[in-house]
Amino acid sequence: MIRVELPFHLRTLARVEREVTVDVIGPVTVRTVLDAIETRYPVLCGTIRDHVTQQRRPFLRFYACEEDFSNAPMDTPLPEAVTSGKEPFSIIGAIAGG
Amino acid sequence: MSKVQVLVGTKKGAFVLTSDGTRRKWDVNGPLFAGWEVYHLKGSSVDPNRIYASQTSGWFGQIIQRSDDGGKSWEPAGGGPTTTPDGMPKGESNKFAYEGEIGKHLWYDGTPHPWEFKRVWHLEPSLTDPDTVYAGVEDAALFRSTNAGKTWQELPALRSVKGHLWQPGAGGMCLHTILLDKTNPNRIYVAISAAGVFRTDDAGKTWRPATQGLKSAYELPDKKSEVGHCVHRIAMHPSRPNVLFMQKHWDVNRSDDAGESWDEVSGNLPSDFGFPIDVHAHEPNTVYVVPIKSDSEHYPPEGKLRVYRSRTGGNEWEPLTNGLPQSDCYVNVLRDAMAVDSLDKCGVYFGTTGGQVYASADAGDNWTPIVRDLPGVLSVEVQTLP
Repeated sequence: MIRVELPFHLRTLARVEREVTVDVIGPVTVRTVLDAIETRYPVLCGTIRDHVTQQRRPFLRFYACEEDFSNAPMDTPLPEAVTSGKEPFSIIGAIAGG
Repeated sequence: MSKVQVLVGTKKGAFVLTSDGTRRKWDVNGPLFAGWEVYHLKGSSVDPNRIYASQTSGWFGQIIQRSDDGGKSWEPAGGGPTTTPDGMPKGESNKFAYEGEIGKHLWYDGTPHPWEFKRVWHLEPSLTDPDTVYAGVEDAALFRSTNAGKTWQELPALRSVKGHLWQPGAGGMCLHTILLDKTNPNRIYVAISAAGVFRTDDAGKTWRPATQGLKSAYELPDKKSEVGHCVHRIAMHPSRPNVLFMQKHWDVNRSDDAGESWDEVSGNLPSDFGFPIDVHAHEPNTVYVVPIKSDSEHYPPEGKLRVYRSRTGGNEWEPLTNGLPQSDCYVNVLRDAMAVDSLDKCGVYFGTTGGQVYASADAGDNWTPIVRDLPGVLSVEVQTLP
């Protein structure tokens, strides 16, 4: 079971709390976690990564275990602490605007 | 007694303003979709309980929301988040994928740049089917949904009309106006900044520019150019669909032949720069604009917020100022932020970048702010309800 932290507006959209959990079958990577999130909460499709290009939205960041996975290849394995559920995978809105 | 519902899109959410037919006391409901930009909301004329909304964010992209109860409750059009995992529909109500080869338009520096979807600027429900709705998007293209916003398909022929020469304006390359002709279901007009006006007579299978007669000397040195005109808004009266009025970057124009040709009707306006234009609900020759000082100074001339009304279809304009600030006013009124109701007398409404929504219950003679301190207003639409 993977713990995922969502930013405020995506929580509101999916009507969930700050942290949700998803099951990932196979390797736990950025891609498989996002796949699981979008399968569990289809309303979030297109809000974290572009529908067509599947690229991360420019103002979102992915963090886990104090590491920045935003620009890592999507198939990069996530740390064991995320895989085991000890630490969350965090999707964060970048600071921007006024 | 009739009821009026004003749908207001702002930079930080949507608001629904309601009043009875006297239009004196207003209830304010909102913000809906708080914190998100809501570019546009519009109700179906066939089923006024069906309202579509474009909710968008630089962080999280595009969401299409739909209400089936007149704006009391909303769900993402592709399916809400409350259904069970097994029953969840695929979330594609926010998927706006260009058809075929993506293609390229001109970038600000004149180099080719691939089309990239950014947001929905305008939603135009069908005049005959509440489940059919058109979406004008940035980068400019026209999409249609025939299942109440669950999925969208582009009408790609539009972009083949010299799309490689289209170029974004300062606000982006947006398709912001969609006019449907109730006497001819195959005829649609769209307007794009900064590409121009286009018309189809076969429901979107083919399109052609409808810009002959427009003059854009500063932006387009080629006087014969069919595309590249920065059209800010076009409007028609439903009873007279061959007559179109246009607020262009500079110039107010009129066409009496369904966009085949245009004549300037700026007349005595203090500035012919502006964004919105609309037509009185019962007088097809009565037109409203809000002059703005210039393309470099987006606020009213002399700090006086004045709506101008022509009762002659252009050229002769009178300022409407009663109730509007006549000093130190430096707001703008954006292109989709003016609308009329269909009561007698006709109500006129507009919203400002300063967050005011003004209403006139007497065709513009007198104005009152419904609200003064909303976020910057992006769009205003009105529903006249029984």
